[in-house]
Amino acid sequence: MIALREALRATRRAPLLSLLSVVTIAFSLFAVGLFGLVALNIQQALERVEERVEIRAFLADGTSAASVAALAADVGAFPEVASVSYVSEDAALAQARIQLGEFEDVFETGILPASIEVRLKPGARTPAAVGTVADRIRTYAFVEDVRYGEDWVTKFYDIRNIASATGAILGATFAAVAMIIIGATIRMTVLARAREIAIMRLVGATDGFIRRPFLLDGFAKGVAGGLLALALTWLAALLVSRYVVEADFFTPGVAALGVAAGAVIGLFGSLISVGRHLRRV
Amino acid sequence: MIRFTHVSKEYPRAGLALRDVNLHVGKGEFVFLTGHSGAGKSTLLKLIFMEERPTQGEVRVSGYCSTDVRRRDIALMRRKIGIVFQDFRLLEDRTAEANVAFALEVTGAPKNTIGSRVAQALARVGLTSKGTSLPSQLSGGEQQRVAIARALVNNPVVLIADEPTGNLDERATRGVFQLLEEIHGAGTAVLMATHDLELIRHSHHRVVELDAGRVVADTPRDGVPPLLGRTGS
Repeated sequence: MIALREALRATRRAPLLSLLSVVTIAFSLFAVGLFGLVALNIQQALERVEERVEIRAFLADGTSAASVAALAADVGAFPEVASVSYVSEDAALAQARIQLGEFEDVFETGILPASIEVRLKPGARTPAAVGTVADRIRTYAFVEDVRYGEDWVTKFYDIRNIASATGAILGATFAAVAMIIIGATIRMTVLARAREIAIMRLVGATDGFIRRPFLLDGFAKGVAGGLLALALTWLAALLVSRYVVEADFFTPGVAALGVAAGAVIGLFGSLISVGRHLRRV
Repeated sequence: MIRFTHVSKEYPRAGLALRDVNLHVGKGEFVFLTGHSGAGKSTLLKLIFMEERPTQGEVRVSGYCSTDVRRRDIALMRRKIGIVFQDFRLLEDRTAEANVAFALEVTGAPKNTIGSRVAQALARVGLTSKGTSLPSQLSGGEQQRVAIARALVNNPVVLIADEPTGNLDERATRGVFQLLEEIHGAGTAVLMATHDLELIRHSHHRVVELDAGRVVADTPRDGVPPLLGRTGS
């Protein structure tokens, strides 16, 4: 109760400094949030592309329906495989005519072989995993050819890996910079109250008693900064969606995690700053 | 109650501030601590409330020993001693009452007792009517009285006063000193660092004089005032 009163008193006495702390925390987290939003949307775009990784096994002419069914059942049972579908000669022709309308006349019945389309489960779409499944399908005698765009899959994964590594490094950098800025802000509030801390110690306050109002203060500012950052990030996502490109926003869970991060940074930032100050006095 | 045994204190940059000090202050004593600026008075007081630890020797205060005292114990020890400074060290944003109450709140005193104890302490220093004033609304002498009330509210066994009249005019000085005399009269030991030779001349208390970190004179209670005829800074 005393801690709450002291925390409120500190906020009332230096409202500008308190506001500055909240805004600094908010903008630091906003920068992290914006970066997170970009990373999230890139990741989702990559996932949508990744879903298109598929293996197509072309079948020899005259392969019996029973053989096709057996192959589909076998391949469907592979742990990496999500779905298997049969594309008959006629279906392949119809599909080609739709996709390549201007060459409609070129396609004649029987020009395209029947095939099976194999889609893979998430996690099994890496070049190595796709290659392994393709090799196993090749072993069937009536499979004439297996294609999965090896070059394309390899390049796609290279790009994905570069994006992930860059994202992790940039994300960590943004987070570190945010922590440093927030730490400096909290340190400023501690220094602004150095005289008060000295007086508290003089009259016999324990370190725990001195620390508590700062922790409450840091926690509250962290939550307020986190909420403000969330609102700013949401606004940014809204504007981008409206004027630039349709963008996804964080799920409620991730958004709550962002606010919680603000609270934790505020709390631990205060704990560390006051702790360092108390060790020196 | 306060005992210094072969205490030396050396600061990393400033060098030796105290050299082999042996000193004992008993219950209910009134002791002046005097000496030139830089003689070591403030360091000696800081060693008592354990803001500093001795480089050599040991300081014992009310059962706590500097050689093995823990940080938390220092806070508890300070509740048994009252400390008053030249610059008052009041919290500027709260009233005289709140400043005094604060010293009780940090000890976890029962809430329903705080009001009456604060009123008693303020009455003791003659500031009953100024309880709701902020420090900025009080004179220097009054601010020092609030600081003394804060130091007294936990019923300390000793009051440590570091140049308590240093910022006050003559009239306020007399008032504050009179108050310290009354506190002493009620049984609390008082250890007062001061430059003010006039105060020392006109009292009959024990005087410990420091020079360059050493105790150079220790004139007992009711002894001959040692500084008559001397000049000091």
